[in-house]
Amino acid sequence: MTIHDATGVASIGWLMIGLPALGAALLLLGGKKLDKAGPYVAVLLSWASFVIGLLILLQLRGKPADDRAMHLHLYSWIPAGQLNLSAGMLMDQLSLTFVMLITFVGSLILVYSLGYMQHDPDKRRFFAYLNLFVASMLLLVLADSYVLLFVGWEGVGLASYLLIGFWNWNPEYATAANKAFFLNRIGDMGMLLAMFIMFWAWHTVSFSGVNAAVAGTGKGTLLAVGLCLLVAACGKSAQFPLQSWLGDAMAGPTPVSALIHAATMVTAGVYLIVRSHVIFTASENARLAVCIVGAITLAGGAIIGCAKDDLKKALAASTMSQIGYMVLAAGLGPVGYAFAIFHLVTHGFFKAGMFLGAGSVMHGMNDQVNMRRFGGLWLVMKITWVTFGLGFLAIIGFPGFSGFWSKDKIIEAAFEGTGWKPWVFGLTALLAAGITAFYMSRLFFMTFMGKRRWTEDVHPHESPLTMTIPMMVLAIGSAFLGLILGPTGIITDWLEPVVGKHEDSQHVLGGAPLMGSTFVLMVIGIALAWKMYWRDPVPITPPVGSPLTQAARRDLGQDDFNESFVRRPGLHLTRSLVFFDNKVVDGVGNGSAAGIGGSSARLKKMQNGYVRTYSLTMLLGVVVILGAWWVVQ
Amino acid sequence: MSNFPWLTTIGVIPLVGAGVVWALPKASARGSRVVALVFSLITLVVGIVAATQFKTGGGHGQFQLTETHSWIPQFGVSYALGVDGMALTLILMSLVLVPISLLAAWNDVPEGGRREQTYFALLLVLETFMIGVFAATDVFLFYVFFEAMLIPVYFLIGLYGGPRRQYAAVKFLLFSLFGGLIMLVAVIALYQQGPGGDHGFLVTTLTGLHMSTTTERLLFVGFFIAFAIKAPMWPVHTWLPDAASESKPAVAVLLVGVLDKVGTFGMIRFCLQLFPEASRWATPVVIILAIISIVYAAIAAVGQNDMMRLIAYTSVSHFGLIVLGIFALTQTSVIGSQLYMINHGITTAALFLFVGFLIARGKSKNITDYGGWQRTTPILAGVFLVAGLSALSLPGLNSFVSEFLVLIGTFQRYPVAAGFAVTAVVLAALYILLMYKNVFTGPKQELVAAPDGTLALGEDGTRPRTGITTTLFDEPEIAKDDVPPEARVRGSAIQDLNLRERLVAGLLIAFMLVLGFFPKPALDLLRPAVDATLQHVHVHDPAPHAGVTTEGSSK
Repeated sequence: MTIHDATGVASIGWLMIGLPALGAALLLLGGKKLDKAGPYVAVLLSWASFVIGLLILLQLRGKPADDRAMHLHLYSWIPAGQLNLSAGMLMDQLSLTFVMLITFVGSLILVYSLGYMQHDPDKRRFFAYLNLFVASMLLLVLADSYVLLFVGWEGVGLASYLLIGFWNWNPEYATAANKAFFLNRIGDMGMLLAMFIMFWAWHTVSFSGVNAAVAGTGKGTLLAVGLCLLVAACGKSAQFPLQSWLGDAMAGPTPVSALIHAATMVTAGVYLIVRSHVIFTASENARLAVCIVGAITLAGGAIIGCAKDDLKKALAASTMSQIGYMVLAAGLGPVGYAFAIFHLVTHGFFKAGMFLGAGSVMHGMNDQVNMRRFGGLWLVMKITWVTFGLGFLAIIGFPGFSGFWSKDKIIEAAFEGTGWKPWVFGLTALLAAGITAFYMSRLFFMTFMGKRRWTEDVHPHESPLTMTIPMMVLAIGSAFLGLILGPTGIITDWLEPVVGKHEDSQHVLGGAPLMGSTFVLMVIGIALAWKMYWRDPVPITPPVGSPLTQAARRDLGQDDFNESFVRRPGLHLTRSLVFFDNKVVDGVGNGSAAGIGGSSARLKKMQNGYVRTYSLTMLLGVVVILGAWWVVQ
Repeated sequence: MSNFPWLTTIGVIPLVGAGVVWALPKASARGSRVVALVFSLITLVVGIVAATQFKTGGGHGQFQLTETHSWIPQFGVSYALGVDGMALTLILMSLVLVPISLLAAWNDVPEGGRREQTYFALLLVLETFMIGVFAATDVFLFYVFFEAMLIPVYFLIGLYGGPRRQYAAVKFLLFSLFGGLIMLVAVIALYQQGPGGDHGFLVTTLTGLHMSTTTERLLFVGFFIAFAIKAPMWPVHTWLPDAASESKPAVAVLLVGVLDKVGTFGMIRFCLQLFPEASRWATPVVIILAIISIVYAAIAAVGQNDMMRLIAYTSVSHFGLIVLGIFALTQTSVIGSQLYMINHGITTAALFLFVGFLIARGKSKNITDYGGWQRTTPILAGVFLVAGLSALSLPGLNSFVSEFLVLIGTFQRYPVAAGFAVTAVVLAALYILLMYKNVFTGPKQELVAAPDGTLALGEDGTRPRTGITTTLFDEPEIAKDDVPPEARVRGSAIQDLNLRERLVAGLLIAFMLVLGFFPKPALDLLRPAVDATLQHVHVHDPAPHAGVTTEGSSK
């Protein structure tokens, strides 16, 4: 694949980033004058980015498949001698796929927010942050080097931090925001180290430079780079072992959870791995590590999802698990890259749609999130019910719906190969699909079906059109996007020039038996959930549950672990170090000062003004000198 | 105009200003700040004009805008000034920071009837010395400025500082004098090694001398100790938190943001250039000290309650990174360090001044006395967060570029050291965001300022406090629903940033953004200076390591 200089619409591609960034600046600096108009400006600018992105996409489609990548040089950014870095944009099939997802879903969610945040006194700030997010996310996917990607990477982290803590008058929310930032920073450390190793090994940090240099590099270097990139991806995409921030991140307003913590930002880790596919393809061990992380997270997330009673936290666990699928797919190598991105896109639609649905439910239920207090909402919130339902069918992989086309492809790919790996990863992915069906059905039935368990003060009602229209659009995507892109081969053909072609090879399990087992597991999951959460009454106080349920409620001990092994020791370390600094390090300085002061005080006594003392001293001196002279002689 | 004594002119203007301000009669004491600001602005304008005379790119000799006059020919001392890219950028940074600090110090009314004129005059005198110390190309002249700077700072802390100002000022003076005296010995011994003559103290004369290994190492150590105290590095850093905490914010800016740079500047200009062999010999020790400074000071910063001390510790950590970059001796790391000096000046200035704005309202330096201030002062919270993000090197803001260059350059030669240093990324997030959380987030604090400007205290005589009890990690005490948003009460007498303060904040943030997204002008100035330094030390950058099978040492 050759990369051409940007022409036509692509040469103003920087506007895609610039317009939302301008919006953020305007809204933040504009003051109260913009309180009314500001949100609309933000929405318009976001749609403008979408239009530019769409035009560039059409421009790319008009070219032969191998000539679709375009590069736009912006300016000389860090000319520091050996590291001579310019800022530029890489517009290829992969980045444009993301641009479409980000700007389309993002703009829809901005529209939704017009309704959802209507009465919030700080909504201008909210829309400013959302625009900042869209700009940063676009920078992330359009950057032409790891360093520029990192600017967007941390930019979305900042936006996420600001939006999780948007209602930071509540200290818990402020803590959640900090937690997200800290854990992401650990990931960022991995990202930095990855770039350091790249520069150490190849003296370049641009995608094209790195891709060209990988061939002929030692396995150890590639593994090191791959593992560091994986750490980065774990932070951003809430993968094991840096996953624990995502549940708490639900403190942010629901549109934020939909856009940032479901559809786009948390998938950036998958983007990073797929963007670095040359490195990962070349290092089998790095890919194995990716697969392990993905498998652990997809199983762990699914288990946690079964036990959560908080609607948003259950969805967050589900997001973790679904991104685990994508990471697993990316770790499978050329067989999985395209499916990782495919599932990422469909997931962006159905998960965002369900989060918006959750927001709609909360809107109608006085911001409650406890599903044990829901039930029977389908009658009073028909649009929300139907749109959410389509997302639900998509995520459990109901035949025909979007998730069926994307997730089942990942499961199939996981079974490809020989030896123990396809069995372990394939079976994990397969079983987790059954669990997914269970916890999503549980969530859907507890919320919309069964008996009403409402608190007395709620009067649920359907949300306004600004909210329901985006939900409907996303629901259509949940239903049909997979069908349009998957079986037709559109998405795989589109991405092939970037991620490489994959020849079919042996599966340990595949074809009809696999499809059959997936379907059966899904039906079992639904049936179990139907029995427990629809047919039987749902107790308002949660039952004690099995040890596994209890552990899952506590997020499988992730916070306990952090508490005992990170926070407490850190606290003690900090306190002891401050003590040490004040008493010991500073003490030495002050002690010597005191020592000198003390000696001076003692010496001072000799200067007592008595002639006899001075004569004695003189005598002693003369004796000493004479004595010394005598000795020398 | 090429022979015009630009540097002398830039140095003299604030000195004249200081005289004028100092001589103002008591009746116009309040006018002294205006006069001081005008003089500092004139200096800035002349400085910018001078900078346009500077030619970038190689081939112009090490120094430009030079002036050389014999001063004490008997000892070879000259009055010699000149700048390379590094000195010029540092001088420009100082010229920018002085008016900004003066603007921020607008309402610094001295306590106890001390003369306001003297305060502002001292600040201007300090500006003169700062220019002198960076522009001096004669080792003795450098030493004179190096020590002379102590005088105004001593009085600025000792006369106009906080409650423990005497202690802090004396501590500062003793540490600095200690280093300075060791350096004086080294300066004289260095002259002995040189060819002597009328201009025997010129840096250019003393570069590339042939000395015995022991002599060179001893001289290096003599200079290095002085610079390590100034910079300051672990374990001789303890004077800085006290000095910064007891200073007025504007003084702290000039102290930490500018004066401490003399330490790292001196390491490049004198340690590396005059004693290249010894520098390479000392590198392992220096790098270890730098790593300790980075990590240790960052952890110490997490544990501070006094915000001024906290910022001082972050500076110690950042100075560790600068020193690390200098002694890693790659093109990338050294240019990163030089850029970091500028960036650190701007970022620290912003942190100190914004904390100053906060202290002016909350009347306390302690984090635990705050909480929920974003509700009351949203603009202050916003600019403070931006300054904090710059301190934690968020990409897009100034510090990131320099920190990244330092680390990636260091990794070329010392992967393990860079691996340790990169933990600063996480620690920086901790100390900045915990401070931000405990000061600005949480429920709105109901503080009402009394007519005399003091804050009303709670019923039990303590400060009204909300939510957060200690600075570190503690669980919030307030339950989720205690203060619903609609219950936020207006009516606090505390005002958000006024126009003057917004101007200060806006200027600093503009610098952060420009240097973050477009650092090219600064890097273009610095590159020739870096190449010159590396030539003096005779080192070359490592070639790409790919293909070598002994990789992965960073893991």
